[in-house]
Amino acid sequence: MREAMDPWTFVIAAYAIGIGATLAMVAWSLLTMLRAEKRRDEARKR
Amino acid sequence: MHGFANPARFLRIARWLMPLCLGVGLVTAGAALAWGLFVAPAERLQGETVRIVYLHVPAAWLGMAGWIGIAAASFTELVWRHPLAGIAARACAVPGAVFTAVCLVTGSLWGRPAWGTWWVWDGRLTSMLVLLFLYFGWMALSQASEAANGAENKAPAIFGLVGAVNIPIIHYSVIWWNSQHQAPSITIGKSAMAGSFLWPLLIATLGFTLIFAGVVLARMRGILADQQAEARLRRKVLADAPIEGAF
Repeated sequence: MREAMDPWTFVIAAYAIGIGATLAMVAWSLLTMLRAEKRRDEARKR
Repeated sequence: MHGFANPARFLRIARWLMPLCLGVGLVTAGAALAWGLFVAPAERLQGETVRIVYLHVPAAWLGMAGWIGIAAASFTELVWRHPLAGIAARACAVPGAVFTAVCLVTGSLWGRPAWGTWWVWDGRLTSMLVLLFLYFGWMALSQASEAANGAENKAPAIFGLVGAVNIPIIHYSVIWWNSQHQAPSITIGKSAMAGSFLWPLLIATLGFTLIFAGVVLARMRGILADQQAEARLRRKVLADAPIEGAF
């Protein structure tokens, strides 16, 4: 017999993981890009 | 296509296209997820857990699209020696791996209430897990070969093309083998889903695809800037170094 489960627990966990991973990836990619472009601009100035 | 081989031209386009893709993608995906979570109806058999589809399906599509991007860029690199192709392949790897992992985790969270288990070793789930390991292997190989041989190494491009054999296996796994996973609900030109589920799903897929494109462009800009900084510093070091044997 299957135990009773609250479906919202699974839905909320899936949304939290999916949205969190997407936002973290966007933020990481933007930060990496900005850092690399700053490094390139500094190298040009030398 | 060769018109975009010029990094300066690519950067001119990426400077406005990247924030546009990210901005529109985040708003579109956010609206579609809110629609799926609060407005779309529960399903007759699966109840509320069907709402996971609005994250799971876009993540599955983008996990596979990431490797299709790597394979296409690898082909372009090997055949036409396009200078941006290797950079595009490297930029596709991280978002592809992230979306593959999101697909596996959200699928597992959906499987527990729907099937009564977190995981089954059937064709669809196993081939998707293989895709995640292919991403890890490709990233390790790309990093190692760049450190050893610079941009000239062709091993990641060959791996990218060979690994693409897993994409049709993922797609047809639910047709070829008996699977716990359902058969495709949406195929080209037709859908077994009602409009109240289909529209938020299509809009979420569009939004996440735009986010994926924005992340790829941002990563390409970053890799290109790193290479330009390296080249400039190397030229400076060579110019400043004393010439051996000079009087």
